[in-house]
This record gives sequence, C-alpha cells and structure tokens, in this order.
Amino acid sequence: MKEIIDHLKKRFPVYEIGEGPNGVILMSVEAAKLVPMLTSLKTNHGYGILVILSAVDWLEDCKFQLTYIINNPDEKRDLGIRVFIKREDAEMESIHSLWEHAATFQREIKEMFGINFPGSPRVDEPFLLEGWDNLPPMRRDFDTKQYSEDTYFPRPGRETNDPAEYMKQKLYPDE
Amino acid sequence: MSDKQQNQEDKFLAPENRKHTVIGPEGEEIHVDPLNDYFCQDLPKVEAPYKGILEKFLNWARAESLWVLAFGTGCGSIELPPLFSPRFDAYRFGVAMRPTPRQSGVLIISGYLSVKTLKRVIRSYEQMQNPKYVIALGSCTINGGMYWDSYNTINRLDQYLPVDIYIAGYMPRPESILSGFNKLKERIKNGDAEGANDYAEKLDWYKANQKKIIKDWNMPSYNW
Repeated sequence: MKEIIDHLKKRFPVYEIGEGPNGVILMSVEAAKLVPMLTSLKTNHGYGILVILSAVDWLEDCKFQLTYIINNPDEKRDLGIRVFIKREDAEMESIHSLWEHAATFQREIKEMFGINFPGSPRVDEPFLLEGWDNLPPMRRDFDTKQYSEDTYFPRPGRETNDPAEYMKQKLYPDE
Repeated sequence: MSDKQQNQEDKFLAPENRKHTVIGPEGEEIHVDPLNDYFCQDLPKVEAPYKGILEKFLNWARAESLWVLAFGTGCGSIELPPLFSPRFDAYRFGVAMRPTPRQSGVLIISGYLSVKTLKRVIRSYEQMQNPKYVIALGSCTINGGMYWDSYNTINRLDQYLPVDIYIAGYMPRPESILSGFNKLKERIKNGDAEGANDYAEKLDWYKANQKKIIKDWNMPSYNW
C-alpha cells in the first residue's frame, strides 16, 4: 500500500492522506488531475471497480466534495479519492469512459446537487424527480421542511416534543 | 383548456403521444392525435344508487368479493403476500388478488407515496371500474409518517384520492389488514363507500390538487 501512495505522491498533487473506517485509504487531489489519476490506478495498479461516487455539500466553505471510492479486488483494498470543486456553477469532468456505470451516479448527482458532468450519457434526464422545478433538493440551502409544508397539505394537529424535556416531565414530574 | 396550458402540457408529452402524421399503405397521410384518438375524453359520471332492496343486494354482492389490485407502493406491500398465505388466508373473506386495474375493485395504498408513484397510482385508480374502493395503510398515508417533512412524498392521501378506510400502524400486521377489510365490508353493506361517486363529483378539486404537485402532467386529464 505504501508504495502506491509514494508513487501517487510523486506523480500527482495529492494531499490530506489518511485512513478512514474499515481500512480505506482516503486522499484528496486537485480536480484537474483526477481523471489521469483514476486512469493510472485502473490500468496500472489493479483498481478496477468503482464502488461509489457521492457528493457532499460544504455550504460554509462554498465547496462541493466528490468522493470516488475504488476497489482492488486482488488485494481486497479500497481507496477513496476526494475532490473539492467550487459551488457556483459546479462542474466536474465525467468518468463514464472509465466506468460505464458512473454515468448513473453522475445523473443522480446532477439531479440532487446540481453538479454538471458535461458529456455524460443521459445526464439531463430526470432520475427520481419528474418535473422538478426548484433548487436541487440535497443542497443544504434547500429548506425541505418549508417546501413540504407549502406543497403537500400537512395535516393539522401534529405535535413534536423535545426529547430531553419530555422525558424529564415524564420521569420526574415533581422537579 | 387554454392554449397556454396546452403548450405547458405539450412540453412534457412523450414523443409518441404528440400529434403526428402517419403515412398509410397507399401513401395517404393520416393525422394522429393520440390523446384524443387513443383515450376516451369523457369525464366520469355520478352513478346514483338503486333504491331499496336491490341496492342492498348489490352491496352485499360487492362486499363479498373484493378484488385487490396487486400494486405495492411502499414498505407496507410486504405485508400483503402473507395475507394470502394459508396462515392468514384472506380468500375466506372473499378477498383475491388481481393483476390488472381493469379487473380489480380495491386499491391498497401500502405506505408512503412519492410524487412519481402517485402519478402511476392515479392512472391505475382511474382505470379501475366502478364501484371501486381505496384502502390506505400506515401512518405515511395519513399524515406523512416519518416522511412528513420530505421534499418528495405526499402527506395526506385523501387530498388526491377518495379514501374509504385508513388502517393505522407502522406497518399494520396482516391481522389488522383483515380487520380493515371487514370494516370496508361493513361500510359497503351500509352503502357508505361511495368513493368513486365522490371522485366524480369533486373531480375538479382532486385534479387541481394532483396537478399542483405533478408538474410534468404528460397524460390525459382523466385516464380511462
């Protein structure tokens, strides 16, 4: 494992190398160098499986994080590669030429986060939301509770309790 | 329907449903308007119940043979297969599963409904023949359940379809579904289960609610 990290360090601008849960090695790389790096890992180092491609919205930092987790079936090892892209007009290079099923992940991310992947097959077609005309719902500045109240006729009479106070009242009513 | 609304609906229409021209075998041009040619445009009518003992007899007959459309929308649909197994045996109550909407009289909404599923549910419900009944399972259909603040699931089913029986629980066990069927039978025998007539009467209100959330309405206004 160490030799791959050393090799990658020499060739690509990787930083923030660390270990995640279940022994997955996580590292960050600049967005422009991602596709060459994945190509190198796939062709030269046996990381032949794309496990998942997911996105995180860092609203305070004005950034999106994309996480590519790839797997080496011979060594039974996972490698997670993070990429940070800017939040305004977010756009990322598509990797559907490396793994065909990445197009489905990218289509979902386009719909849920509004990150565009130019050239990815069927990326503009609706995936789960048909006829959606609001902010992408997984963005953190989208208020899902407000949207639900405005749209879906909430039934009156629903109560919510603060768990701490409710249990205190129930268990120690005299205090 | 105004022109603007028509254009709005055309935008979402699938290519095969748009107006187009077909060349016939002898070279003649045939203009096809699928929404008008392939679907019946008549709106549903209220069917007044018969008087006296005839309606009682019909209601008894309807109540004793409930044919359920096998359409599961949420997690509650996993409670339906055991219902028809020997342990719970819903057949002894005259309840049977049917594969198509045209053959069935009861629609069970089994759990949460996303907007995408609601569209298919409405199509299925409108294709069913009168008299038809709706049973809603679980808290998700009553007030949204744990999806009450979700951006994509509806909160109250009775805003979109006339519901005859709500069965509470998360999810209801097959025993409570059987009890719900018995309650539905009582309602039918008393002549209270007039959901299809209610839908025909208040069609405008139901359609307005449905079109408020289904923004890409690319099907006929009423699907026979």
